[in-house]
Amino acid sequence: MIKSNSGIRKTDVINRRMFIIGAAKVVVFTGIIARLFSLQINENKKYLTLSDKNRIREWKLPPTRGNIVDYFGNVIAGNLKVYQLHIIPEQVENFNYLLVRLKNLLNLSDKRIARINKLKAELKPWDSIIVSENLSWSQFVKINNYLYDLVGVKPVMTISRNYPFNDVYTHVLGYVSQPNEQEILENEIIQERFVPGMKIGKLGLEKRLENYLIGTNAIQRYEVNAYGKRINQLEHQKGVQGSKIRLTVDTEIQKACGELLNEKAGSISVMDIYTGDIIAMYSSPSYNPNLFLFGISQDEWQLIRNNPLKPLINKTLSGLYSPGSTIKPIVALSALENKVIDTKFKVKCTGKMELYGQTFHCWKEKGHGWVSLKNAMKQSCDTYFYEVARLLGVDRLKITAEKFGLGKKVLGEYFDNEKKGLFPNTKWKKNNLGKGWVLGETLITGIGQGYTQTTPLQLCMMTAQIANGGFAVKPKIIVDSNPISYEDAKQSMESGLLFDTDSEELLDKKLFKNQKNIKIVQEAMFASTNERFGTSYKSRIDDPRYQFAGKTGTAQVKRISKRERELDLELEQIPYKDRDHALYVAYGPYVNPRYALSIIVEHGGSGSKAAAPIAKKLFKLIIDRHDLRNKQSNFERITV
Amino acid sequence: MFQHDRLNNEITLFQKIKNLDYILLISVILLSVLSIVVMYSTDGGEILFHTKNHFVKLAVFFPLMIFVAFFNIKFWHNFSYIIYFIVILLLVYVSFFGIKSSGSQRWMDLYLFVLQPSELMKVAIIMCLAKYFHRLKIENVNSFTSITIVLSIIIIPIIFVISQPDLGTSILIALSGLIILWLGGMKIKYFIYSFITFLISLPFIISFLKPYQKLRILTFLDPDRDPLGAGYQIIQSKIAIGSGGLNGKGFLKGTQSYLDFLPEKHTDFIFTLFSEEFGFIGSVGLLILYSIIIFRIIRIGAISRSNFARLFCFGYAFAIFIYIIVNLSMVLGLLPIVGSPLPIMSYGGSSMLATMIGFGIVLSAKINHKQMIA
Repeated sequence: MIKSNSGIRKTDVINRRMFIIGAAKVVVFTGIIARLFSLQINENKKYLTLSDKNRIREWKLPPTRGNIVDYFGNVIAGNLKVYQLHIIPEQVENFNYLLVRLKNLLNLSDKRIARINKLKAELKPWDSIIVSENLSWSQFVKINNYLYDLVGVKPVMTISRNYPFNDVYTHVLGYVSQPNEQEILENEIIQERFVPGMKIGKLGLEKRLENYLIGTNAIQRYEVNAYGKRINQLEHQKGVQGSKIRLTVDTEIQKACGELLNEKAGSISVMDIYTGDIIAMYSSPSYNPNLFLFGISQDEWQLIRNNPLKPLINKTLSGLYSPGSTIKPIVALSALENKVIDTKFKVKCTGKMELYGQTFHCWKEKGHGWVSLKNAMKQSCDTYFYEVARLLGVDRLKITAEKFGLGKKVLGEYFDNEKKGLFPNTKWKKNNLGKGWVLGETLITGIGQGYTQTTPLQLCMMTAQIANGGFAVKPKIIVDSNPISYEDAKQSMESGLLFDTDSEELLDKKLFKNQKNIKIVQEAMFASTNERFGTSYKSRIDDPRYQFAGKTGTAQVKRISKRERELDLELEQIPYKDRDHALYVAYGPYVNPRYALSIIVEHGGSGSKAAAPIAKKLFKLIIDRHDLRNKQSNFERITV
Repeated sequence: MFQHDRLNNEITLFQKIKNLDYILLISVILLSVLSIVVMYSTDGGEILFHTKNHFVKLAVFFPLMIFVAFFNIKFWHNFSYIIYFIVILLLVYVSFFGIKSSGSQRWMDLYLFVLQPSELMKVAIIMCLAKYFHRLKIENVNSFTSITIVLSIIIIPIIFVISQPDLGTSILIALSGLIILWLGGMKIKYFIYSFITFLISLPFIISFLKPYQKLRILTFLDPDRDPLGAGYQIIQSKIAIGSGGLNGKGFLKGTQSYLDFLPEKHTDFIFTLFSEEFGFIGSVGLLILYSIIIFRIIRIGAISRSNFARLFCFGYAFAIFIYIIVNLSMVLGLLPIVGSPLPIMSYGGSSMLATMIGFGIVLSAKINHKQMIA
């Protein structure tokens, strides 16, 4: 009985204690459910987001660059479908065999093979290796024919930049290529949109307008597993192509410039004298920007780099030349404006001028005799301008030259390689060379030699501003959102006011004190081209439709010694490096002028022989395309 | 009265089948089916290795449970010490000749499957202590001798298991043992004192932990300190459960598991996958199913006439409860990561074997609930 009693007591203890535990269990279970509730119901959104972040990965695809078109809408920088070859290592059965096959099919170099092997070691097995960025069509067909034997190889079609006119626009557009680390870091938009294989503008407008041209990435979303392998493709988000940009240039004229400067070093610029539109801007020699798209070969690069005619330099914007006699219209204008001379003022040219024991020669050894402004300009008499410059002084000359755009950047905001050149005065010399100005330097400045340095585009703008009657133009190469017609521009100029589309203000753009003076200079330039004994008389066009006025220039690159002057060598007898630069500035048609141009042929000899004939050929084309261009002005408005 | 009870010794097979607890049985079957369904999902919706093996194990161990149930509870009482002793021997064997895997030595190769004796100890210790307290007079429960003996019974296997090393299982064994001590009538103040002592000595215990164990505790306290390393499992587990929401992502649609973000999804983190696919509703449903099982076991204990059966059932019910709580707390980020499977659901033969044997003994207690044991 005692035993059973104890057993019952024990049972009671067990039951009582079980009850306590049971209660505890209920509490704990409730706690677990509360936790589940908090995770799954209260914080569901947060964890759902985290789960999506885990499983969804986005792949950005390279954005498609915007097209650049010329004034007539012809694509000058576009996009082209290219064929690429990718290998997906995890799908390859025998990697070495595949490489041998590809090497034979595509003539891959050993270096390329080594590079592929290196990439294979670095990348995940499901990441594709790009074997060839740009297969030719025949290679692409060949690969497709042998595809059954090339397991793990994927021919891919993608889009790449293309310059259909090859070297015609290189110095305007620049080119695109793979960005380096610094370029990615410097530009936030590139940083954000960068994907391997993407190309960015390296030079010219491609670089300057990068943020407009770049476009947005297409995005592919994939579901990935914990190791990053793609499992499913989810939705695809299309990218937006970069902005289309319309330039003011005319491809036909630009092409003609290239042909006229063929195998010469030099530059041609053409500008609308009222709107400031740059019609052509060609620096010769040029090079093919398409070579840079997929990495230029070392041989081709050396060929460009070592070319003595220096194709890499944009001569239009960064070439600095003495303006030579092309400065004479400005000297004449400045003298007239400052009332130092008038049309009746005459100087006797004896072929040289003595000043403080130094002799200053005229190009014509025998001298021109008594010359007035018109004759001096026509025959480009140096003695006359020595005397005018002496009377005028360099400081007053500089004021006029600066007004007409010398010593300042023309398109500064668009091209970082543009140089501003130099127009000296006494103060400049004191500050920069620490020496006082010498009167002899005024004389040579008066014929465009000495310290003066100008870019071909500056000379073109200077000529344009003389041609339009002495009004400031705002040169541009991109068609504005609100393009001003030439009639409007002309009208507002002639009323003395010009509407600035950027600041939306009416500005006084008058560069002269007396418009008569401009007229005198224009007439002198006309005589220089269209009257007998004019320096560019041989290059004139009599048809008034094409008739133009201009000024030749011959810029010495070294001092002519007495001996050389006596020898009077023919061009071919002088070493190339020592030959004079040939220059020519002109505008036309003479009645109702529309266009100004500047031509420079490096080491071309005299301006009248080497540069002016080019203008004759070009003007016909420019004027012929004028009507076409006029019709085109209401062409769809494409903006940046 | 006694006479009548003795006659019960001879109940027929038909009566045994009739006396089985069908609610418990159906719950276990439901759980088994569910476990195969979930295992099928861990295999990515295909019948692969884990699904096949899990099914085979269930097909072997479920009949084993019935087989165990058909032995009289008295038989299990009689053999309790021996079974405990045999499992101790297995632990000794494993600590010398066991198979090593990922740094610990817990398994022995039995050709057909690999046995983890420490899992069996979870049940054996309950049997052994239930028998000891069954025989112990209530007056002697708190005597020095008995306390020494029961503590030795608990500590000896724990020493072996902890040296494998396997902290999770040893904690579960200790808790299973302690619950019998509690139920057996050991003074409450002893529990309070030891708990206080444990809390005070906790810093010292932690200093004795292995570096990886310390790391687990640190990770538990702040999973974000190393989200791709030590904290990865718990972060991914919480993401999976939390993203399940009310209804879950749907069967075979759990992205966290399907895309391999979940570690150990077949074993310790099986609940995570279940919860991701079936949501809050499914998880609560699973907890209800477990609760039914626990409740039925407690009820069987309550109607048992012998204190051995009563202690075993109560103890085993608590043990199952603890396994579930430890596993769920771990995957829900409430406890540090200690290896502890979810009964029946998790992949793993030894755990299932032990659980099924436990259920078998419970069912035997049910069949023979009127059986007195001297």
